[in-house]
Amino acid sequence: MVQHDTAPEVAEQLSEFLKRRREQIAHRWADAALFSNVFTVSRDEAVEAGRAVAEALADVARSGRLEDIEAPGFDTVRDQLGRMTSARTQSGYTPTQIAREVAGLRAPVAALLRAEFDDPADERMHACLLELTVLMGTLRLVVLETTINAGEELIARQRQQLLEVATPVIELWEGVVAVPLIGTLDSSRSQVVMESLLEAIVERRARYAILDITGVPTVDSLVAQHLMKTVAAARLMGAECIVSGIRPAIAQTIVHLGIDLGSILTRAGLADALAYALTQQGIAVSARPTAGADSR
Amino acid sequence: MHAPLTPTARLPIGSDADLAWLRQHVRQCAADLGFGLVQQTKLVTAASELARNTLVHGGGGHVEITTPTDGARRGLRLSFVDSGPGIRDVDLALTDGYTTGGGLGMGLSGAKRLVQDFVLDTRPGLGTTVTITEWVSGFPAPRPGAR
Repeated sequence: MVQHDTAPEVAEQLSEFLKRRREQIAHRWADAALFSNVFTVSRDEAVEAGRAVAEALADVARSGRLEDIEAPGFDTVRDQLGRMTSARTQSGYTPTQIAREVAGLRAPVAALLRAEFDDPADERMHACLLELTVLMGTLRLVVLETTINAGEELIARQRQQLLEVATPVIELWEGVVAVPLIGTLDSSRSQVVMESLLEAIVERRARYAILDITGVPTVDSLVAQHLMKTVAAARLMGAECIVSGIRPAIAQTIVHLGIDLGSILTRAGLADALAYALTQQGIAVSARPTAGADSR
Repeated sequence: MHAPLTPTARLPIGSDADLAWLRQHVRQCAADLGFGLVQQTKLVTAASELARNTLVHGGGGHVEITTPTDGARRGLRLSFVDSGPGIRDVDLALTDGYTTGGGLGMGLSGAKRLVQDFVLDTRPGLGTTVTITEWVSGFPAPRPGAR
């Protein structure tokens, strides 16, 4: 890693400044977009958060690792920044917008820093301002890092939820279970489908299992293979499997692809599949004769 | 004969999630170009098969999506490019049921049957490029088998 040359005494001076003026900094930050939009209820909370960040920056400056996003000083505010950025993300802000808001925190501190020096041409002031800029840039990276981590966690959690949510097994009739498949059937999803279907067959003592693929947009050879394996496994458990919901376009595609689904019982719609399962069990469903209907 | 092609998109093929994204993208492109539902489904399925080959056998790669025109005809062309081991015996690989990946062995041959134009270019050790083209059938498009 290329280290920016920081004169220890300049970093020390910056640290001392940040610590001494943390109250003023915190008050100015409390009015900046990043803080004021997160802590909407109480300004005191915003000030307190700003103070914590200012103190963390002072610690980082003292340690001399102004460019290191893993500097221990940041650890104390990482949680807090994470909460702040996730609040911003939830209200629809992009990482770019958040980064811009963090960039906006520099100017008020720079103004305070300039006011410390009587001579506007003071060399030390320029050195301090430069260090401050470096430090605020690092803070920006830390904030972005927490934003991205939060996003990744969210995606992983949602993926897990999708796996569970997307495969309900429904009992349509005594001894008849159905799985409406929706979306992409990749290997991990079809594994979940197979497991939950086989469990349902045992639990509900099902003789018939219907796999409805109305909601599956593409049936390629891998999906077909998954279907065949599921059907074969269900058969081993003593249940007959029916695949329903094969749309015309998919039927033509399967034929051209050259996949032989001849060994699988298929029906056009879920209703047909249920009707088949009922008929096989000797159950007849008929309309109730109404008073006005023809007598038979 | 063909107008110069401008690549309209280049998508990576590196994971199952990329395949799902590719299928959606191809379906959208095909719908925008005016393909019918059956043609769309065939094209998306062929793309899915070939992209999985790129992923499983070629070790990943990318797909280039272009929209060539031939006179008044408009089409969608997909090139699946990998730099994997290549295919040693193309005829065998195109045989129904032949597989080295544990699948049904219908991917490559099936994809060929699903589209109007299928070009396979492979060099052992250097990689494989499969290019498929489908033309919008406003009027009857010649099919390779009907020629």
